Amino acid sequence: MSNALINVPRTVRRGEVFQIRTLISHRMETGFRAGTNGQLIPRDIIDRFSCTYNGVEVFSMRLTPAIAANPFIGFHTRATESGTIVLRWTGDNGFSVEETVAIEVV
Amino acid sequence: MSGLRRGSVCLGLCLVAALTANAQTDAPSRRSGYHDMGKPLQAMQDDDMANPGMLWVGEGANLWNQRFAAADKSCADCHGAVQSMSGVAARYPAFTAGSDQPVTLEQRINLCRTQNQRADRLADGSRELMALTAVVAHQSRNQPIAPPDDPRLRPFIAAGEALYRLRQGQLNLSCAQCHDDNAGRKLAGVTIPQAHPTGYPIYRLEWQSLGSLKRRLRNCLVGMRAEPYAPDAPEYVQLELFLMDRARGLKLETPGVRP
Amino acid sequence: MPDSRSTTGRRVFLIRAAGAAAALAFARPALATPDSLQAAIKDVVGDAPLREGRLVLELPPLAENGNSVSMTVSMDSPMTEADHVRAIHVLNEKNPQPHVMSARLGPAAGKAQVTTRIKLNDSQKVVAIAETSDGTFWVAEADVIVTLAACVEDMPQ
Ligand code: HEC
Ligand code: HEC
Repeated sequence: MSNALINVPRTVRRGEVFQIRTLISHRMETGFRAGTNGQLIPRDIIDRFSCTYNGVEVFSMRLTPAIAANPFIGFHTRATESGTIVLRWTGDNGFSVEETVAIEVV
Repeated sequence: MSGLRRGSVCLGLCLVAALTANAQTDAPSRRSGYHDMGKPLQAMQDDDMANPGMLWVGEGANLWNQRFAAADKSCADCHGAVQSMSGVAARYPAFTAGSDQPVTLEQRINLCRTQNQRADRLADGSRELMALTAVVAHQSRNQPIAPPDDPRLRPFIAAGEALYRLRQGQLNLSCAQCHDDNAGRKLAGVTIPQAHPTGYPIYRLEWQSLGSLKRRLRNCLVGMRAEPYAPDAPEYVQLELFLMDRARGLKLETPGVRP
Repeated sequence: MPDSRSTTGRRVFLIRAAGAAAALAFARPALATPDSLQAAIKDVVGDAPLREGRLVLELPPLAENGNSVSMTVSMDSPMTEADHVRAIHVLNEKNPQPHVMSARLGPAAGKAQVTTRIKLNDSQKVVAIAETSDGTFWVAEADVIVTLAACVEDMPQ
């Protein structure tokens, strides 16, 4: 069950810089912990996040096991045109989530 | 939890000595564990976009509308919008139709799963049960804890209080020694809270997940080096009833964030 | 004082005072050491000099649980085509790996600021490095004291 919370303003003034905040369900298992049987629990993390705005990448981030479970990422971008913001998280074991948010620039 | 810290040194015995030495009598006024946290964690709880517990509330809201198995009914088909659950979490555990014992909110939800949806019982602490409990309890956020005035509950609350005051475990400590006598004091860095069940289910950073009050109680029992009660033991319900009665009037925060 | 590990294997009210040199039971690899931190910094900047002053690394001086510590890295930059922050890297001293995260940004970001939450397995130093469009590297450091939670479980559930 994967699930993300995204905070993007619905409308923004042209030229304004606004914040995008995201939170996604993921256990971010480090690969350095031992389970009950003493064996290492295999790594299972999101290792990349990106944000495109009308097709252009405006922000991306490489994540490591040192990012907290249920990763929170906040960053900014400048309002240019109305359109779509696409957020993408990918990681181990084929993890891939994409969310699209519409934005209106006035 | 973090195998990261398995090597830490046990301070258990020093602790007993420290607590006995520190015991004070003036009862502080009641306050949620929220107030014992630093500003950064309070901010994490207060901001729905920063509070990871809201991920479970979101999942629970989806589950609320999902039709299940034999009965092909969703929670919403019988209860309407999830907002109809406003106030419910503030008065559980309680007696309910189909049970001769008080049940916790989780158990009440599971009764609906098995009897009304004719689906499988959700496992204790499972993601689905936590998500449903979170979305139901979230509807009571900011409402005062208000246990029902039901005489049938009294013996169970009394049993809970007796457990709370019982010295147990290898350290021979009672819950009251920490949470009444030493609340507000530091235990080598951690502030001992008053143990009010205001935030449940909570997102506990130590768990990196959302968990129930039962799980929290189990952690304290392990900490006291007492044998935790069996998963379905009535003792958990009794302790919950006592803690809710003791916290009467304090506001619910679900989903709370705790260290 | 007896060490309870030998008798019960449980962790009981283990509150490690800040910076105490408890042996951490990371399976492998070896902890990121100050040496590996130096190596990681070199990976990022090569032999370029590190400048101080413009980059800001915000971390609480005291974290109530190292599993999730809020962190903001920011730099006062016009974020124009001609003058912007290209990348922000965060490294640490004592986690199993020195690398925490790397963000790529550019003029479209409008503001040079990244917020996330990190894991710190012990009290330690965290280092942020920003690379600006003129090829300069800026550095900021913060020390975080990590408290261990009380009443924890013995095993993952
Ligand atoms: C077929 C109808 C039906 C379905 C489906 C159903 N419930 Fe119920 N639920 C009831 C009835 C009837 C009661 C009242 C029981 C009583 O006390 O008589 C109830 C009571 C409850 C209560 C206690 C309310 C209170 O005021 O004390 C909760 C909480 C609850 N349901 C949650 C759920 C959840 C969560 C789901 C979905 C997983 C669900 N129910 C699905 C019929 C249903
Ligand atoms: C040695 C002291 C000690 C004893 C004994 C103890 N606890 Fe705790 N308890 C703590 C500490 C410390 C915390 C907070 C832990 C943290 O923040 O990491 C806590 C947390 C709690 C909480 C969570 C409060 C919140 O804000 O969510 C509850 C509930 C609780 N304890 C109940 C109990 C019960 C019931 C018992 C007896 C069965 C008990 N405790 C025994 C020290 C103790």
